[in-house]
Amino acid sequence: MSKPKVAFYWCASCGGCEETVLDLAEAVLDVVKAVDIVFWPVAMDFKESDVQAMEDGSIAVAFINGAICNSHQRHMAELLRRKAQTVVAFGACAQLGGIPGLANMNHHKDLVEAIYGSDAPQEIWKSNGYELTLPRFADKVQALDRVIAVEYYVPGCPPTPKITQQALDALLGGSPPPKGTVLAPDQALCEDCPRRETRPEKLLIKEFKRPHEIVADQEKCLLAQGLLCLGPETRSGCEAPCIKGNMPCTGCFGPTSRVRDFGAKALSAVASLADSNEELDIERILAPIADPVGTFYRYSLPTSLAGGKFTK
Amino acid sequence: MPEAVEPKILAIFCNWCTYLAADLAGTSRIKYPANIRVVRVMCSGRVDPQFVMDAFAKGADGVLIGGCHPGDCHYQEGNYKCLRRFELLRRMVKEMGIEDERFRLEWISASEGDRLRTVVTDMVEKIRPLGPRQTLTEVTQ
Repeated sequence: MSKPKVAFYWCASCGGCEETVLDLAEAVLDVVKAVDIVFWPVAMDFKESDVQAMEDGSIAVAFINGAICNSHQRHMAELLRRKAQTVVAFGACAQLGGIPGLANMNHHKDLVEAIYGSDAPQEIWKSNGYELTLPRFADKVQALDRVIAVEYYVPGCPPTPKITQQALDALLGGSPPPKGTVLAPDQALCEDCPRRETRPEKLLIKEFKRPHEIVADQEKCLLAQGLLCLGPETRSGCEAPCIKGNMPCTGCFGPTSRVRDFGAKALSAVASLADSNEELDIERILAPIADPVGTFYRYSLPTSLAGGKFTK
Repeated sequence: MPEAVEPKILAIFCNWCTYLAADLAGTSRIKYPANIRVVRVMCSGRVDPQFVMDAFAKGADGVLIGGCHPGDCHYQEGNYKCLRRFELLRRMVKEMGIEDERFRLEWISASEGDRLRTVVTDMVEKIRPLGPRQTLTEVTQ
């Protein structure tokens, strides 16, 4: 019997998700033993035409990371959707829109102008007698499931090797989980935080601080020290590498299944910790949270209720 | 000339104070602009920022939250929770392009039917000149 075929592809992403696959280390050899990798632009020399030549549905699982921000990414996502039986949105950008999704705070025309000025590349680009057709920007950055149907989600920026391995095992094993599942535990990170016991029962904060402003205690709950840790709102499964590195959680594993809009809900939980009932005092306590959109919607703006900036 | 579009404002009022103020305004035949659509919640502390984001995402021209005066909350401190969230949320929606006038938190007690009229009238008067909300694409083109 031939081995199941697996494809990896990247869209608007940084490459960190691809790193994760390599970070499986020796275990990647077991993966290669169990499956045929038929497409993986970052590591292997297969071309789009090779995928075009495959029969529809002949790929068992396609792992696609990155958000969708231009016509070529949409085209590739649609192509892989046709060729694969199962598509996995791999990583925060594919699942929620990710950091590239913060571009939705601006119109793409303004962004191109800010970066290239009057020298912006045109769709048809000519140089030395050659002609190149560049991809067209989409109006908005979108998560993968707003462009094609997606069966599973693997969260994280990037997903950890462990949950990647677990996802591979779950999908290639005999009894795959129900469609639509986010392949990580459906509970908050605080639940398996190594500092959980040091979190006070009634948590109130007199002053929020930014990580560079204090030397954080290595043992104590970071939120109790005034650092904005999104552990209470964020899905667990990462095994808290940031907390272990003495840095607060920024929410890359996204919401649990009970939350519709991660940013609004995280803002709600954080703001209500301000230890004052006076308007001016509350303002002072919350003032260090300088950029609420970038803080609370860091990984999820495109899939939030607003989807991006409301107006100019 | 086309008629000016009337702003639509989502009003989220607490059961114990502001909703009763609206009720009192009604029974006292106090007139206020018909621009608000009232949703009753048990406490202003129940106002989830998701409600506000949802309202603006669906095109509301304004969101007005009404609760009990400080110290008068039926549940002791729900209105303080609301105040804390409001302080941060108004900065966030502003960053996302919602003008200050469109998002308000007001304390209105059960006996202040008249104050309800003042607040709603004032809010409508301040939102109307801003015109209808525009999408990012409309603004750029």
